[in-house]
Amino acid sequence: MTTTSISENRFKRFMRHVNIPPVYYFLVVIFLGGGILDQIFSDGQIFTNQAILLNIIVRSVALGIVAVGQTLVIVGASIDLSVAYTISITAVMSSYIMQGKTENVPLAILVVFGIGILIGLINGLIITKLRINSFIATLGTSLIIKGIINATFSNYTGSVPKSFQFFGYSTLGPIPVAIIVLILVVFAGWFLLNRTKFGAHLYGVGGNVEVGRLSGLRTDRVVIGAHILCSMSAVLTGLFLVSRLQSGAPWVGPDGLYDLESIATSVVGGTALAGGKGGVWGTLAGVLIFGVLDTVFNQLGMNPYLKTVLRGAIIVLAVASYTYRSKKEAA
Amino acid sequence: MTTTTLKQPSKILKILKAIWNGIRRIPAVYFIFFGIFIVLGLLSPTYQSTPGIMAFLRRTSPLAILAIGEMIVLSTGGYDLSIGSIVTMVVLGSSLLLNNDPTMMPTAIWTMLALGLLIGLVNGFVVSYLKIPSFIATLGMMLLVKGGALYWVGGAPRGYLTENWRAFGRGYFENVPLVDRFPYALAILLILALVTYFIYHRSNFGKQILAIGDNVRASQLSGVRVRLVRMIAFVISSLFAVIGGIMIGGFGGVNVTIGEGLEMQTIAACVVGGVLLGGGKGSVMNVVFGAFTMEAIFNLLNLLGLPKPYKDAVQGLIIIAAVAYVALSTRKKK
Repeated sequence: MTTTSISENRFKRFMRHVNIPPVYYFLVVIFLGGGILDQIFSDGQIFTNQAILLNIIVRSVALGIVAVGQTLVIVGASIDLSVAYTISITAVMSSYIMQGKTENVPLAILVVFGIGILIGLINGLIITKLRINSFIATLGTSLIIKGIINATFSNYTGSVPKSFQFFGYSTLGPIPVAIIVLILVVFAGWFLLNRTKFGAHLYGVGGNVEVGRLSGLRTDRVVIGAHILCSMSAVLTGLFLVSRLQSGAPWVGPDGLYDLESIATSVVGGTALAGGKGGVWGTLAGVLIFGVLDTVFNQLGMNPYLKTVLRGAIIVLAVASYTYRSKKEAA
Repeated sequence: MTTTTLKQPSKILKILKAIWNGIRRIPAVYFIFFGIFIVLGLLSPTYQSTPGIMAFLRRTSPLAILAIGEMIVLSTGGYDLSIGSIVTMVVLGSSLLLNNDPTMMPTAIWTMLALGLLIGLVNGFVVSYLKIPSFIATLGMMLLVKGGALYWVGGAPRGYLTENWRAFGRGYFENVPLVDRFPYALAILLILALVTYFIYHRSNFGKQILAIGDNVRASQLSGVRVRLVRMIAFVISSLFAVIGGIMIGGFGGVNVTIGEGLEMQTIAACVVGGVLLGGGKGSVMNVVFGAFTMEAIFNLLNLLGLPKPYKDAVQGLIIIAAVAYVALSTRKKK
């Protein structure tokens, strides 16, 4: 009796110490449920085949990287709808500059990160200096970027050299490079939010701008910084996608729904849209839930439209799994 | 003598000042709209003639109806991202239900209104009782409705929309005095705008909507039934999306992507019309003109003969500029 209660307490204390967001339970449920469905209706590869397990994570890399950036922005009580087209512009510009030559790779990376920083800076400046709601501001910039890309490129442009494809395809020992990059990005996001002054300021600004300002924060700079980091994460996602597709096309960002899905995964992971609360580990779980769902649907050979329906329902259920007990009214 | 000469100009100044204050109280959206519309009129004589203006109003009425519905939800502090998908569902579903048979028109419309009611209730339930932020709740609903509609019709539009169904979007009352032809769409917009005007500006319910958007806790403590009001707001938004969808389909015909991006356009129209995202402020009249402004911008870009990509870019710039102008001009008044 006593031993179990002590071990329970210890378990609880341990859980509180590592601070696992509740969404990981939902991830486990989805994974087990999907695996069982797969056992019954399909060949049951999800539990046994390691390649499929790895594939779930590789599929999650593109969304995961940009979702980390989006989480930073949302923690700061802002939102970035322009990431999809930032991904597109990265994909087309990098493959256009590379033209299949290894010697152009550094230049391409430099240029696309420059573009990303510029986009983030513009977003941040419009939101903080013109005081436009971030939703409308980034909707506007995404339209502008969309126009610029579609005016210059209409199809697959340029190509990526073999050497650059290591990002998307090669492995370091048994682990794909892409997964290592994702882990590094998530870790960097965690470090920024929880171990640096910038992170503390970001939580402060997200929780209450006015309080942050009165306690001497340069709130504008914090928000602009978050937006620059978010656009840079979108650029990294764009580079990953182009290294897998081998050539960039203007539709890779919006077709992947990276804008809305990165927001959805952040919220599924427990980051509050109102700002000031949340973190990147939850977001990682949200991204993995999407990855598991994709894999399970594929294994079951499901109708693509039905997939969309289930996706919508599961996003809502995942968030509901921990919000339904909250006493505060949602908006 | 000297006193009168001194008094005379000060009186004129006073009147001028009163007029100036009156002008300053006019919301910014009217200046933006009439500015763009005058440019349209200068560029193309169509926009100087009554039929041309009526055709413009016919085209823009559906967006205005969507915007009024969206405004109700935005005023409570929420978002409704599902309206674009609802439009897609209405068009695809109706073409399937009509099955080229004009007598099916009432059935199709009642079915769509019933589905809209259901979607609104579910949105409201998920936000109010499961306490999910409406941005995510209606994003989920957007995927669900879109996927469901495409699954229902099998991925591609089937059948045609019959003439009597399409009339709501593109028909005219003939031989109307003064304007000759008066679009059905505009009549529907006027009726809906009037009804919402009384609900929103003249009833207790409207005050409760704004109170929730301003401060949920305070309104709850003063006896507002927050959950019920939110549910009704989402239902209104969904029903207006169905009505707007019928008109959009009537005007544009069957198309799988017909509702894509409409939710963003609608929210932009609301914000240009002075609605605060986050709730607590809105006006039916201003939002209708916000929608008119958006359509006028599209028409202006068309008239200038810009290719589609440039139109997107300029549209983005203009949205930012218009919202910045609205935001800055309202801030000064405070």
